[in-house]
Amino acid sequence: MLFLKDRGFTHPLASEITPRGVYQQRRALLLGSLATMALPTLAQKPKRTPLPGVKSTVAGAFVMDKPTAYADVTGYNNFYEFGTGKNDPAAQADTLKTRPWTVAIEGEVKKPQTLDIDSLLKLAPMEERIYRLRCVEGWSMVIPWVGFSLAELIKRVEPTGNAKFVQFTTLADKAQMPGVRSSVLDWPYTEGLRMDEAMHPLTLLAFGLYGEVLPNQNGAPVRLVLPWKYGFKSAKSIVKIRFVEKQPRSSWEIANPSEYGFYSNVNPTVDHPRWSQATERRIGEDGLFAKKRPTLMFNGYEPQVGQLYAGMDLRKFY
Amino acid sequence: MNKLLLHPAAKPLVFVLCLLPFAALAYGAFANTLGANPAETLIRSTGDWTLRFLCIVLAVTPLRQITGWHALARWRRMLGLYAFFYGCWHFLAFAWLDMGFDVAAIVKDIAKRPFILVGTAALLLMAPLAATSFNRAIRALGAARWQALHRAVYAVALLGVLHFFWMRSGKNDFGEVGVYAVIVAALLGWRAWKRQRSRALAATRT
Repeated sequence: MLFLKDRGFTHPLASEITPRGVYQQRRALLLGSLATMALPTLAQKPKRTPLPGVKSTVAGAFVMDKPTAYADVTGYNNFYEFGTGKNDPAAQADTLKTRPWTVAIEGEVKKPQTLDIDSLLKLAPMEERIYRLRCVEGWSMVIPWVGFSLAELIKRVEPTGNAKFVQFTTLADKAQMPGVRSSVLDWPYTEGLRMDEAMHPLTLLAFGLYGEVLPNQNGAPVRLVLPWKYGFKSAKSIVKIRFVEKQPRSSWEIANPSEYGFYSNVNPTVDHPRWSQATERRIGEDGLFAKKRPTLMFNGYEPQVGQLYAGMDLRKFY
Repeated sequence: MNKLLLHPAAKPLVFVLCLLPFAALAYGAFANTLGANPAETLIRSTGDWTLRFLCIVLAVTPLRQITGWHALARWRRMLGLYAFFYGCWHFLAFAWLDMGFDVAAIVKDIAKRPFILVGTAALLLMAPLAATSFNRAIRALGAARWQALHRAVYAVALLGVLHFFWMRSGKNDFGEVGVYAVIVAALLGWRAWKRQRSRALAATRT
């Protein structure tokens, strides 16, 4: 390094490096002051509230893939309650009111209750987890979520012996959600899991992403994240969790039973009737002309969840 | 109006206008402004424009007869060729961006998925029409035979709408498909109605 000028990249001590959080704070401060001074419209953009989480210790909770850009994660979504276009949720979800918000816990539990979002947030320590997300349409992302295992909640409400499945119901309010006026699906949107799936530590009850409270279009204030299932299984903006004995039918199963099954595990060997599931395009990362990347069995979570489906014919139970 | 349509600059202007969607998509692909999933945007937009140009070219004759703007006929060939142009790009975008030019995979996909099969059939049906679009072909075929061949465009439009319908059916999202279906139905219905009326007139005369 004798003849190379120091351009600020060499540091005698690691402690001299400005921590990422600090320099990002400076930037945010500068941007914030700029926004309030010169551009009042910018300041009216949806508030971004921090929601930190500690690094999760759950096996499989941290994939090494490069996280998808925040703008893509929050700008390219399926959330039919706000329209069927991928840009509709980001454009229209500002009408969603996430406070006050309650989640009703009902059915086969010893402690049925209605939890408001603030007590739900305090139920267990927040963890950060970086999951792959594979959409049934053939694209994928990598998202740093913030939340805790759904099992934390389930343990506290004490399911009875009859609880074999869990049904999730999401908000369907025409006043807040313009897409609910269309007849694309039977509203409200519901999803279901087998009890052992719901109890799996990877099954995440998410409240945030990228260290911040969930933006409305990503399913605020509380949603499921099931990284080994196609994205639509991860119900957004949940208002009811019901423990039941019989396998519930999900909205997509009702809408199109030949195309969408109850399990909907990511499986490159079982094609969707109208397209192949063997490959996927990683949003923002795979170049326009790059070949699509192969989809992994259970989206790469086979070591963690494979045993849940041991002995099952996955062609039949798709 | 006819005078305006016959203006020497009118046809080049329409030519450039028809090329604008393509230019915008090509620019977007290189400038990376086509959103989070540019491949999907390119495949879908070229398909949308194929359907739109099919509607536009099918509107020429009804519009001409209703309004008396007969100069529109001079654009019909160009508009039809644009439908084929966007159709080719639609197929190319699918074959390239979705299938990576893997011929075996493309053939398998066409056979496996009905909506791809229908779309491919529509494009293949458009090819002979594009190939016989120049004056010498019309003379060689004879006007009657040429016209009979080019009626295949009605089938192309119906297959195109069916292709789009099947593509959207998985999501039960038929709003946009409905718009195209109504337009194509109106354009073809007008022809059927015309034909029936002229037949009825001919019958009363004899």
